[in-house]
Amino acid sequence: MKLPFALKIASIILVFFALIAGFLVDVPRLDILNETIRNLFFHVTSWFAMVFLFIASFGYSIHYLNTGNAKSDLLAKIFVQTGMVFGVAGLSTGMLWAQYTWGSYWVPDPKLNGAAVALLAYLAYVVLRNSMTDELARAKVSAVYNIFAFVMMVIFIFILPRMTSSLHPGNGGNPAFSSYDLDNSMRIVFYPATIGWILLGLWISELKYRIETLHKKDEEFSNASPIHLDGD
Amino acid sequence: MSDFRNPYTLSGAGLFMLSSLFVCYITIKRISTPSIWVALYWIIILFTSFNAVAKSFVNESRSRMLYYYTLINPAQFILAKMCYHAVLMLLLSIAGVVIYSTLFQMTIQDPLLFWTGAMLGSTGLAFVLSLLSTIAAKAGNNLTLLAILGLPILLPLILVSSALTKNAIDGLDWAVQWKYAFVLLGLNVVCFSLSVILFPYLWRE
Repeated sequence: MKLPFALKIASIILVFFALIAGFLVDVPRLDILNETIRNLFFHVTSWFAMVFLFIASFGYSIHYLNTGNAKSDLLAKIFVQTGMVFGVAGLSTGMLWAQYTWGSYWVPDPKLNGAAVALLAYLAYVVLRNSMTDELARAKVSAVYNIFAFVMMVIFIFILPRMTSSLHPGNGGNPAFSSYDLDNSMRIVFYPATIGWILLGLWISELKYRIETLHKKDEEFSNASPIHLDGD
Repeated sequence: MSDFRNPYTLSGAGLFMLSSLFVCYITIKRISTPSIWVALYWIIILFTSFNAVAKSFVNESRSRMLYYYTLINPAQFILAKMCYHAVLMLLLSIAGVVIYSTLFQMTIQDPLLFWTGAMLGSTGLAFVLSLLSTIAAKAGNNLTLLAILGLPILLPLILVSSALTKNAIDGLDWAVQWKYAFVLLGLNVVCFSLSVILFPYLWRE
């Protein structure tokens, strides 16, 4: 896997655009929300990036089960790891926002609990991988768990919060950000920011993939070397 | 299945549930809030199910698995396991509800719905844990690992079934409840079909 050079440049430009314009652009003046509405550019975009990366990981896990290609297994693992970085970013930005609008870092809300539990499920995926040494069995078992975890994450983050009342914008009758944004000025930053974070996530994953492949080659090389230089 | 040859698993799970029920009864004595009543019930059932289902794959020896492998195909094997676990969990939760509600008095306003929720919840637990215990068995028969893997995955199921049973105690109208019942049934179907689809990949080594 290699990300085209142009996309890397685009990711840098878009992320910096999001960071700078996110703080400078005019936002609707609203009670309670005030300037915290700018969190849309950081919180929602990190979740989008996370979901995108988890979908990629899910796809590679299915591909692994169908083909047995070791590369897909490695990619599935790396996408989960990068996705979790964005998940933690989304959770912490959301908690900061909640402190200023709801008055508490954490509230017993289905959306929040769903997000935390989804991250726990993916942490369990990492633990599962680390607990097994046989590479083939590990790849198979973790691919199966990844598929299960993804389906449950979709149910937990996207279906359950819609059933019960939730404080979270966009759920339980609360308006989402887009309905505040009457003149669409926020969209100009929001969409580029989403694309920028997703590209950044892909870039991080690509670097990690290349590092891990090199490590593997290095190991193979040192194991296969017939000459022992230590003298015994 | 080795469970009938080794009935200690069966009686072990039942006894585990009974003793945890009594521990709760001795320490708490009386519960007047429906939400706490339901929460305690589902916690007991959750840990009973871990005990009942997890043991099943852990007890299968490698040679016996190889013997099954020559007899039947993986889909049949997981189907049999899931049916057996579902029946086991149904029996356990029927006993659980009866004993629990005698120990802790609670008027259930909509018994039919309560039983639906309790039964669908326990079959869902059985389906999910059937697959997860295979995964844990592959990773070295580790019960801690099963808990780590299982709890986040089982939470949606626990959440919906506890909401359904709590609303049944409060006697909420069907117009509100059908949503939960439908989602709970859907979760059962999803877990069941995922297990059937994914198990064949775990079966071969």
